[in-house]
Amino acid sequence: MFNTQVGDFSREEFMSSGHNACAGCGPALAVRFLMKAMGPRVVVVITASCWSIISGVVPLRSLETVVMHCPFPSAAATGSGVKKGLEALGDLQTQVVVLAGDGGTFDIGLQGLSGAAERNEDILFVCYDNEAYMNTGMQKSSATPYGSRSTTTPDPMLKTNPKKDIMKIMAAHRIPYAATATIAFPEDLISKFKRALETKGLRFLHLFTPCPQGWGSPTDKTVELSRLAVMTRLFPLIEVEDGEKYTINYLPEEHVPIEKYLNPQRRFRSLDQEEVALIQEQVNRDWEKMCKLTAQ
Amino acid sequence: MKRKLMNGNQAAALAVKLARVQVVSAYPITPQTTIVEDLADMWARGTFPGEYVSVESEYSAMAYLIGAAYAGARSFTATSCQGLAYMHELLHWASGARLPIVMVNVNRSMGAPWSLEPDQTDSLSQRDTGWIQIYCADVQEILDTILLSFRLAEESRIPCMVVYDGFSLSHTYEAVEPPEQEQVDAFLPLPPGEAAINPSNPQNIQAVTDSRYLSRVRQELHLTMEKVPEAIKKMENEFYKIFGRSYPLVESIGLDDAETVIVTAGSMGQTVKSVLPSLSSVHSKKGFLRFRLFRPLPDEDIAALLGNAQIKKVLVIDRNLSAGAGGIFAQELSALLQGTSFQGEIFQLNLSGGVDLTPDLLNKALEKIEGAEKSRDKIIWGVDL
Ligand SMILES: Cc1ncc(C[n+]2csc(CCOP(=O)(O)OP(=O)(O)O)c2C)c(N)n1
Ligand SMILES: [Mg+2]
Repeated sequence: MFNTQVGDFSREEFMSSGHNACAGCGPALAVRFLMKAMGPRVVVVITASCWSIISGVVPLRSLETVVMHCPFPSAAATGSGVKKGLEALGDLQTQVVVLAGDGGTFDIGLQGLSGAAERNEDILFVCYDNEAYMNTGMQKSSATPYGSRSTTTPDPMLKTNPKKDIMKIMAAHRIPYAATATIAFPEDLISKFKRALETKGLRFLHLFTPCPQGWGSPTDKTVELSRLAVMTRLFPLIEVEDGEKYTINYLPEEHVPIEKYLNPQRRFRSLDQEEVALIQEQVNRDWEKMCKLTAQ
Repeated sequence: MKRKLMNGNQAAALAVKLARVQVVSAYPITPQTTIVEDLADMWARGTFPGEYVSVESEYSAMAYLIGAAYAGARSFTATSCQGLAYMHELLHWASGARLPIVMVNVNRSMGAPWSLEPDQTDSLSQRDTGWIQIYCADVQEILDTILLSFRLAEESRIPCMVVYDGFSLSHTYEAVEPPEQEQVDAFLPLPPGEAAINPSNPQNIQAVTDSRYLSRVRQELHLTMEKVPEAIKKMENEFYKIFGRSYPLVESIGLDDAETVIVTAGSMGQTVKSVLPSLSSVHSKKGFLRFRLFRPLPDEDIAALLGNAQIKKVLVIDRNLSAGAGGIFAQELSALLQGTSFQGEIFQLNLSGGVDLTPDLLNKALEKIEGAEKSRDKIIWGVDL
């Protein structure tokens, strides 16, 4: 099913231990895989997020490459500028990877990302989505799902609006490559990183990365929750080429009910049966729509 | 050398081309627009060999240059009023990261209400962002100052903002001596041929830090800023040898025997200069001082110029306003003159909103202060005259 096998993974580590992530951090694991796929010939531009901290505070550094920090809304433009600057100086090889959270992608960074996508800047934009502003303590973002508690949607005023569909937004820009991935499927994740690195123009990766601190989930359940998100069909593993060609990379055989995913997380604990049923219906509808898109 | 007619924006675009800028990213706004149009045109015709990127906002224009300058490329943008304000966060970032970006800001009033008038509060609001700021009075000065700014920014590693008035300079044609490419190359070293970063040399650039480290970063920026006036003087000497022109940090006329000094910045300096002889015959002897370098503030130079005991009155003409405090150049001037030998009184003529400085208006303001003894905090408003 996947192009990459676990045995293909680089044994080399480009992210060192001793970084600043919390126990069970999904984004830390995702970037560790990302670095394995990319190897050292990349520049990583990091916007304000948990990763501003995980990458190391002065004088430390957890990634074995050049890391550049930038202001919160500026990720896509700064990354594009780095790439253009390198090109102007004759370095056509070095890849620029922009790393942003869901806030830096779905919310405050969306305008700049849209501009960079329209210009088809030659960058790989990686959004690691932990479904809230975690660096500042779990405030809601437009990636926070319906029914989630956050410090700005506290009980009983849980989030009432659905999560923004960032993949559709990016596909609507007709960028050459967009894909979703998550850490429970490392072979899929790494093959998508590789595919993205081989493509020219703006490439977008949407990574589903649980946050035990924010979600109120056990620190040893991060990978399990990633898997459940895919198995419940909440987070389909897909690829979109040129904004048109949709592929679902993994079809869960059995139908795992959404409760399995929701129950281990304290952020969803005030949901009643009715609301859970509503979420299930929405998941079913979204999945059907996705299947139709891939059938075309 | 052959002289050519050109306006301020054309001079700016020409300077960018002559400086062999490697990355331009910009977003249009009146009255800056024709700079980016000229550059785009040169780029499309292949006469501007750098990269030209038309981004979706001023915010991204500056972020783009931060990226390009991180990589080591010579970078330029231009903006005005709302666009400059929209970049604000990034201006601090550029100076904190010590990136030698050069930017033109064409002065225009900040809304609300909407207006196109050349108020200076847009650039003066960015006073504390850690950028060098130079205010120009004519079209030749715009061209020359941009060339100087690249050298200055790259040597000091402090970003530099070149400021001039909307329309009265951006769109007004004057005779200019365009330099030859070889002259510019002799003055301004060619841009770097190699990227400043390389993944095989891992770094964590502008990572989170603590107060003591950060205070050192700030201190270093300030101490380097303090060296900028001397650095400019040296560069102006070289500039003179190559181009036959140079500019002082502060322009002044007749301060040796003046009793009343008119202080201003930007193109208003041209107006004041042109009527200065006639003003002197009417009342007391008049002198003239123009802020050119504003950040860093050449306070010692200004204090030395105004330290003359026969100077009784200073009239500061501010086309800007810090509401609740008054004109910004006036505030800066009174602060820097504290504890110096200056013994006169500071008066303010405020033209905020972009009110045009006519000789008539200037005469009326001078009449007002002629009889007045003390007027430190009373503002003469241009619109009242
Ligand atoms: C202009 C601006 N507004 C607010 C902030 C404060 N801030 C820093 S990180 C952050 C949230 C980041 O959330 P996200 O992008 O989801 O990344 P995460 O922290 O979850 O990794 C916020 C609000 C900022 N740095 N800049
Ligand atoms: Mg987040």
